[in-house]
Amino acid sequence: MSNNPNNWPLWEVFIQSKRGLEHKHVGSLHAADPQMAIENARDVYTRRQEGQSIWVVPAGAISSSQPDDAAMLFDPADDKTYRHPTFYTMPEGAKYI
Amino acid sequence: MTDVKNLEELFQSKIDAEQKIEPKDWMPEKYRKTLIRQISQHAHSEVVGMLPEGNWITRAPNLRRKAILLAKVQDEAGHGLYLYSACETLGVSREQTIDDLLSGKAKYSSIFNYPTLSWADIGAIGWLVDGAAIMNQVMLCRTSYGPYARAMVRICKEESFHQRQGYEIMAVLAKGTPEQKEMAQDALNRWWWPSLMMFGPTDANSPHSAESMKWKIKRQSNDELRQTFIDRTVQQAEVIGLSIPDPDLKWNEATQHYDWGTIDWTEFNNVVAGNGPCNKERLVARNKAHDEGAWVREAALAHAAKKAKRKAA
Repeated sequence: MSNNPNNWPLWEVFIQSKRGLEHKHVGSLHAADPQMAIENARDVYTRRQEGQSIWVVPAGAISSSQPDDAAMLFDPADDKTYRHPTFYTMPEGAKYI
Repeated sequence: MTDVKNLEELFQSKIDAEQKIEPKDWMPEKYRKTLIRQISQHAHSEVVGMLPEGNWITRAPNLRRKAILLAKVQDEAGHGLYLYSACETLGVSREQTIDDLLSGKAKYSSIFNYPTLSWADIGAIGWLVDGAAIMNQVMLCRTSYGPYARAMVRICKEESFHQRQGYEIMAVLAKGTPEQKEMAQDALNRWWWPSLMMFGPTDANSPHSAESMKWKIKRQSNDELRQTFIDRTVQQAEVIGLSIPDPDLKWNEATQHYDWGTIDWTEFNNVVAGNGPCNKERLVARNKAHDEGAWVREAALAHAAKKAKRKAA
């Protein structure tokens, strides 16, 4: 990332394709301020009516886990199959359960 | 004035067209208030709901059951979090919402004011209480407020094991020794009627329902959901050889539903008013946990500030 203050900062872009759905990450772009980032995102990411709402977040504000640590990070869920409904034996004939 | 009227018409037309309302949309103040009340009560119920079940974690009959119960209680904490977050999108602070629970100003589901007296109660809660909650929550996956609906979808997906683990406990006990079967039957006897009360007052006595239906916050009436729950649960009780504690329960060939007895609404109103068996105990426990956790919250902030300072240096 450049530290030159004359360069426009980087923004991560999230688009909600339809009311009721979550905003999804689609990519990033550079812009001088949030308003310009939203307008640029409209021009870059919704040219074919892909969205009805846009979020932009300064890229530097996003903290991320390390992909290399994934095995260790997600390890606690590995041995807990009882969190799934299929783990349980249901009596023969019981409905809607 | 005309402007607000136009805004309201526009709002209602979105709802009628099955479009979700999102946080930045204009919404009637009453819609916002109703949602804040409902979502925060729902969140409080998830959190207080951990107490009756937490009571049995250390006494679960074996390691398998203990791990399952821990996982379930852990889920409830997560569900409380999703709902508090949905509530915050409506412009209320987390702190205020939690304060309202701790001061006793806010309500939570009355079912959690009943005690868990035996291990079978853990089975009955999963089967009946979670079963009833799921009926309501499946409906809420289609509620009109986007963030609430999205939280519900996630919750329903995760909760699918909760009811099954409870029913499994009941099925195992019902097939066990005469004492174990009696314990399961006793739990069913005690939890049946309070579970039916979870759906709220009858439609005739539910003052806010019409508006919530018009705004599609609710999509099915209390009585409809209650009837579906009864129809399904009676069959499940038969399969495991337990009997529903209602002498008036009878299949009605004409309506294709069960006819059933009458809920003791005096008891319901009493528990809602704060006079249930465990109302005081629950609030004391929540306040104690909150107060005793204060140093952890403070320490985490102090640690974060120290790290930030070190990084800046």
